[in-house]
Amino acid sequence: MISRIFTLLQKDVLLEFRQKHTFYGILLYIASTIFVLYLSIDRPDANVWNGLFWTIQLFICVNAVAKSFLQESRGRMLYFYSIASPVEFIVAKMIYNLLLMMLMSLLSLLLFVIFLDNPINNSLWFVGIVVLGGASISIVFTLMSAIAAKAQQNAALIAILGFPVILPQLLLLMRLSKAAFAEVFRQGAVMELSLLIIGLDILVIAMAVILFPYLWKD
Amino acid sequence: MKKNWWKILSFLLLVYTVVGGFLMDVPRLFILNETIRNLYFHVCMWFGMMILFGTSFVYSIKYLRGFSLRNDIFAHNFAAIGSFFGILGYATGTIWANYTWVTDQSQSLGSILKEPKLIGAAIALLIYGAYFVLRGSFTDMDKKARVSAVYNIFAFAMLFPSIWIIPRLVGSLHPGAPGSESGNPALNFKDIDSRLRMIFYPAIIGWTLLGVWIATLKIRLQLFKDKTLLNEKDS
Repeated sequence: MISRIFTLLQKDVLLEFRQKHTFYGILLYIASTIFVLYLSIDRPDANVWNGLFWTIQLFICVNAVAKSFLQESRGRMLYFYSIASPVEFIVAKMIYNLLLMMLMSLLSLLLFVIFLDNPINNSLWFVGIVVLGGASISIVFTLMSAIAAKAQQNAALIAILGFPVILPQLLLLMRLSKAAFAEVFRQGAVMELSLLIIGLDILVIAMAVILFPYLWKD
Repeated sequence: MKKNWWKILSFLLLVYTVVGGFLMDVPRLFILNETIRNLYFHVCMWFGMMILFGTSFVYSIKYLRGFSLRNDIFAHNFAAIGSFFGILGYATGTIWANYTWVTDQSQSLGSILKEPKLIGAAIALLIYGAYFVLRGSFTDMDKKARVSAVYNIFAFAMLFPSIWIIPRLVGSLHPGAPGSESGNPALNFKDIDSRLRMIFYPAIIGWTLLGVWIATLKIRLQLFKDKTLLNEKDS
């Protein structure tokens, strides 16, 4: 099972290398969005910076993850159906999107710091929070993209389905991020919040593994 | 008639709620005063909403186990009435907030809108709004039922932390926020006066039964409309 997941993962990575235009497309999307922000607001304060950062992460994720199911044609899905189990398929997709989103999150963090000032006090923490956040958002949107692909719809439906569902995690992440900006937290609160987010991630993964087989058969 | 006892019970409980709720004695606390009577309406709406969404969730699971379109119709209509109760909960909450937070505590609109419980409820309504949009985007009935059942189950699981965990972590104007020591508001025996409890618990049951009643009427109508379709499926 592990080897099959790995093979599916390898296939996704290989596809990404073959069709570089989608990858560069997302990079350009990140760069241009942040550039627009840079032109429109000058040196935002920590709260605005935080809010903007996570909102942009959300949009990046919709664009990066949306294609993961939409790009698979009907015939190819049928082929996967015959060679792999749904659990292997969704796990491979989630790992792939997770890695992709982590990379994108870190890149956008770098661009944010370059263009829009750096209000972060504890950079190491914030990098950790960004990686955790990118992982949480990408996992949720993988399942949403699987649902939206069934409806033969575009990225708009992913946003409609995903935004309300991701809100609790996003609120927790925004709150946790404040720990990296000078805000003082009660003893143990940071750990509590991180564990809560990780717990939610585990819940999402479990739900995806349970529910995806029902989306898969056609 | 035998099957309808709960409808009569719902009617009687609601008559009791309205009459007793407005006429019986209530404790008069600072700021709250007589507005505490809204407890019998406002809080019951959220109870009703959560129970109806829970029922919808159960029917979605049942649908995925047997793929019977009946269960899909049940899940859809319970979610619809649950959302309706959510809107009523907002409406009753606005009245309450108007006489306590706005006039007596002079809270700004901004701080009221930032309320974690308001946000939680907004998330709930957005999720079910998305559920109805998703349903609308299919033409194939079986596919619609299956995919929306998957979304319903997932969304309900994600709704839980946003309504039950996050409001407990952050400061709030509502009772039950950290620091106020009241734990679960209105359910804690130390927190709620026995005079309130006498009407509050029957009121929850009454309103929830009313919600179920409305839902069953809508379900019956839908089942009637899809009669030919359902018969084809089941045979």
